[in-house]
Amino acid sequence: MSTVTDLARPGGPPPPDSGPGGRDGSAGDDRPVRQRRIGPTAAAEMGGSALAGLAVVWVAFSVSGVVGPFGFVVCWLMAFFSIYAILCWQRHGVLAMKDRLATLGVWVGALCALIPLVGVIGYVIIHGASVALDHFPHFFIADFSQYTATAPVTSVGAGAAIVGTIEQVGIATIITVPLGMLTATYLVDHRNTFSRVVSNVVDAMTGAPAIIAGLFVYLLWVVPNKLNGKSGFAAALALAVMMLPIVTRAAQEVIAIVPGSLREAALALGSPQWRSVLRVTLPTARVGLVTAVILGVARIAGETAPVLFVAGGNAHYNWNPFKGQQDDLPLRIYQMIFQAGGNAVRDAWGVSFVLVLVVLTLFLLARLIGASGPGRRLIPWHMLRRTSQGIDG
Amino acid sequence: MTAVTTPALPGAETPPDEDVPMELHAAPSGPDRVFSGVLAAASAVVLLVLTAIVVFLFYYGWPALKEAGFGFVTDLTWSPDTGHFGLLPLLVGSLAIALIGVAIATPVSLATALMINEYAPRRLKSLLTGVIDLLATVPSIVYGFWGLELISPKQAAPAEWLANHFGFVPIFRTPTPGSYVNSIFACGLICAVTIIPIITSISREVMAQTPRDVCEAALGLGGTRWGMVTNVIMPFSRNGILGAVLLGVGRGLGETMIVVLVLSQANILTPKLLGPNGLGSIAKQITDNFEASSPIYKSGLILAGLALFVTTLAVNIVARLIVQRTAAEAV
Repeated sequence: MSTVTDLARPGGPPPPDSGPGGRDGSAGDDRPVRQRRIGPTAAAEMGGSALAGLAVVWVAFSVSGVVGPFGFVVCWLMAFFSIYAILCWQRHGVLAMKDRLATLGVWVGALCALIPLVGVIGYVIIHGASVALDHFPHFFIADFSQYTATAPVTSVGAGAAIVGTIEQVGIATIITVPLGMLTATYLVDHRNTFSRVVSNVVDAMTGAPAIIAGLFVYLLWVVPNKLNGKSGFAAALALAVMMLPIVTRAAQEVIAIVPGSLREAALALGSPQWRSVLRVTLPTARVGLVTAVILGVARIAGETAPVLFVAGGNAHYNWNPFKGQQDDLPLRIYQMIFQAGGNAVRDAWGVSFVLVLVVLTLFLLARLIGASGPGRRLIPWHMLRRTSQGIDG
Repeated sequence: MTAVTTPALPGAETPPDEDVPMELHAAPSGPDRVFSGVLAAASAVVLLVLTAIVVFLFYYGWPALKEAGFGFVTDLTWSPDTGHFGLLPLLVGSLAIALIGVAIATPVSLATALMINEYAPRRLKSLLTGVIDLLATVPSIVYGFWGLELISPKQAAPAEWLANHFGFVPIFRTPTPGSYVNSIFACGLICAVTIIPIITSISREVMAQTPRDVCEAALGLGGTRWGMVTNVIMPFSRNGILGAVLLGVGRGLGETMIVVLVLSQANILTPKLLGPNGLGSIAKQITDNFEASSPIYKSGLILAGLALFVTTLAVNIVARLIVQRTAAEAV
């Protein structure tokens, strides 16, 4: 039955590449050209099955009197798939049936990944946008010191939390970016037991429970410092523990794709290792590195668990991250959710909207910079440098 | 330019075109040695942080461990103030959430990975990659809040249906009769959203390493695209996908805010997953009780945190090793 698909087993080494001669300029993508036109017959088969399935399920649901949109969609999909399967089997044989069903399944599965994204962002906008934007820019400036259960939205705002988030994430970035870059450089350049261990630890730490980072910094910083322990800086430390592996891993991937020939050229010209790293490798990878850092910042700005025990939270403005408890956006959301009754949930949605806005802006910024390609200049270095001669000049 | 002077030898190990750095065997100069030392020192910081976490948690968790002894694994009650340190109801709950999340996320992730690699037109490809990246970037507290307000109530009706019709299986029951919200299942469902990105990206990388010429040979012999997927791509990337799924388990174990917001727990060891007041979760136990607890309770929580950390780390490391082995086989 399946002899057609019983193909050469993989596992043997792929035959050596026939050499560079066979490729032309656009050789980056040597995938086969596929005819992907859906003919009118195929479209009619699919559409007809979908409609037939819908009709069957509609009738079945009306007769049995069951309600529930979720069950309806599931039953409709099942009916659609079965009818379509029988139709394709009868008309095109079992192989084509399997292929078409699989294609359909892959499409449906991939669309399922869209549902939560659209769902969560839409929900936050519906519930939060009006709170945050109604009296713009008031909600972005005021703090929560005037909050009471019945306070109108004009008396509260996320200003203090925004300041806290910026300072804490800023400090965490200042700590982790140099460390992450240096570590990534080391991991790319050296292949020994130590680098393998570090690489694995970095990978494993990216998935470490966020609450542990908070617990660790609580024990490391808050316990010894007693009353002055909880501060923006302690929160920044906890965020740094989370951020270091993320930045390192991303930077490692970016640095690894810097062409070896560039580094070799620098070495061949007599440049010492440190110079070739600082003047060739890192500048070549800078667009990717900036993207990696921004994505790391976006990821870390929304972390709640690490700051839970160590930032302390503060309804008032506190500009000094080194002294006194400080607020930040995720922590404010958390505290408002657990604030009993009244307008707390409304305000939590407002703060959620601000947080999602910040994170999405950072994300889009990273995508835009990343899409601008390695050739573009992010910063006009030649204007900032004293001498105009440089590797990338 | 080497291709001009030395044409490709048939038996050459690497094609001359390939961008492999040359091995250099010169003694490094003084500044280079310093630079290398700085790099190594920076790399050691990660190890230092890991060690410090384990040491600190162990040091502060020691009083509880001393009092509990083997009670940590044998006791079934979590009540540190009365001397019961049974971790099992919490650890099993954390594991159950992760496993439910992975069970839901895996089909979606594999479909998305296949879609991006094999099925999607070019424009859709970058859109889907963006969607997956964005899923990973939305803060988990927002997912948790959304889950608490929308998903947990919405999943109650299907969960009730499941309990009514498949209630003979213990896991499809509720520990609190009549209530189907804030359950382990609801947590797993929402956690699936944060697990999808990691399984998708890893399995996509692994699938992309399938030798392209074997795939094309499959198509060239008249196989269908699904035939190519099941007979070439899947056997080749089976291990890598397993690793990706394990990484998803690690991600689910480490998830904190979703569980904290959605779950309602009673720390009872029960197989019933569809309702509140059943199994607990380590992350939620720590978050809820840490600040306002007695020293011995705190110590117990820290020890529970250590157990969670070590479990997650072990799962992640095993998963990464599996993925790496697949990647090494591909070369």
